[in-house]
Amino acid sequence: MSERATRRTIILVPYLWLVLFFLVPFAIVAKMSLSQVATAIPPYVPTFGLADGPAGWLAKARELSLDNYALIAGDRLYVDAFLSSLRIAAIGTAILLVIGYPMAHAMARAPERWRPILVMAVILPFWTSFLIRVYAWIGILKPEGLLNELLLGIGIIGTPLQIANSETAVLIGVVYSYLPFMVLPLYATLERMDRTLLEAANDLGCPPWKAFWRITVPLSLPGIVAGSFLCFIPITGEVVIPDLLGGSDTLMIGKTLWTEFFSNRDWPVASAVAVLLLFILVGPIMVYQRQQARQMEAGR
Amino acid sequence: MTSQRSRFLDATALTLGFAFLYLPIVILVIFSFNASQLVTVWGGFSTRWYAAIWQNRQLMDAAWMTVQVAAASAAFATLVGTLAALALTRYVRFRGRTLFSGLVYAPIVMPEVITGLSLLLLFVSLGIDRGFWTVTVAHATFTCGFVAVVVQSRLVTFDRSLEEAAADLGAAPAHVFTRVTLPIIAPAVVAGFLLAFTLSLDDLVIASFTTGPGSTTLPMRIYSQVRLGVTPEINAISTLMIATVTVLVIAASLATKRSAAAR
Repeated sequence: MSERATRRTIILVPYLWLVLFFLVPFAIVAKMSLSQVATAIPPYVPTFGLADGPAGWLAKARELSLDNYALIAGDRLYVDAFLSSLRIAAIGTAILLVIGYPMAHAMARAPERWRPILVMAVILPFWTSFLIRVYAWIGILKPEGLLNELLLGIGIIGTPLQIANSETAVLIGVVYSYLPFMVLPLYATLERMDRTLLEAANDLGCPPWKAFWRITVPLSLPGIVAGSFLCFIPITGEVVIPDLLGGSDTLMIGKTLWTEFFSNRDWPVASAVAVLLLFILVGPIMVYQRQQARQMEAGR
Repeated sequence: MTSQRSRFLDATALTLGFAFLYLPIVILVIFSFNASQLVTVWGGFSTRWYAAIWQNRQLMDAAWMTVQVAAASAAFATLVGTLAALALTRYVRFRGRTLFSGLVYAPIVMPEVITGLSLLLLFVSLGIDRGFWTVTVAHATFTCGFVAVVVQSRLVTFDRSLEEAAADLGAAPAHVFTRVTLPIIAPAVVAGFLLAFTLSLDDLVIASFTTGPGSTTLPMRIYSQVRLGVTPEINAISTLMIATVTVLVIAASLATKRSAAAR
């Protein structure tokens, strides 16, 4: 193979795959969000067929409308679901940062021969099933679950805590599931940090806590940004955690989309929800992507 | 802060952090050996739930289907992801590079409901029957970004002079790739494959959208049972899955360590 042909293959194969299976589908979702639900197979109108011809397509294009978006904007349920998803994702990410940073910091300062083992220990739960890890918490948090048994046994509480099926349970599940996503990028930047800077600060009489805030935190900013977005974006669209650990009043937009699609079989409204969710997340996604690309360039 | 105090803080952070990560899993594994039907009351040691899942045809069929999907989708994802990583590291400039890098990284963070729904609508509008292949393609699409990142991080530290030396000594480009480039990035390619494999094994949301009748995966089966409540049977199958993945991960890390030592 010539140099040019090699280059073309290496670029085109993944490019075409991603355009066909990642980019084109979004256009279809956008079109679907303008359609109407119908009792038919497939369950929406209009459907564009090759046999319609240009005149047919034009007539059908007139049937597309923004009705689904008007419906979503006018219904408190959807608006609340969007807002509470963003709130849960923001609070969850903040807690993850508070728990993940000390862990990553301690890992980066551990003796060198321990570090690979510690990294492995963080990754291992991430390799085990997400569904199972969320499921494990049901047994712990429910009213007659292990946490309540323990607390009642010690006598800290008199009546069982109602944690299961609440927003608290969702936050616990979120923090638990996404912790490796926060710790690993933080660890990667902290481990690469030049330690002599801290020694220099110490020699010049800077107290350690001040050195931490003035040197360590700013230098680990790329890790903080990467970890936060890596958690925030998927949490916003989370389905399984609110479904298994949340209550009937825990609204999250991913779950709303899921219900619209699977229970109500309303593909157009589900698509409109997806378009709006993507619209909200496109900013964070682009920040994450740029950060990722920059990090790869820096490693060069 | 004295160094002793900071060491104490580090130890506390690690102990609490790892306790949080591992306790729920340990509890789940312990209760899978519980003889009692009640999940939170210990009724003595028993392996009856393991025998029960062995008898459960639906669960076993779903597990086999899941492994097949994971293997096939990880193979595609490894191919596409490795090529994407090569394209991004080797070719600094080509038309549409910005869009390309966006397409590679975006699936990593894209909420699964969006990826799942959009792929389903693609398959419906192309008139493709949903089943094994649609789930496989969907999984390969959302995991290839992970492979690309893993391989790319290896490629950026790659010493290009090795390839140049091989080329100067008269090796053809294809030969340089198979004899020099590939062996060096192999650990990352293997790691990428395993990551794609486990992500596929684990996926519920995208599989639910893109699957068809007769192609129910294990997470879908588990999910439908979990929604009805916690049962010792699910604890048992969870324990088996955890054990499988743990063995795979440790074996893979030992293999890469040995190949690194042999060099």
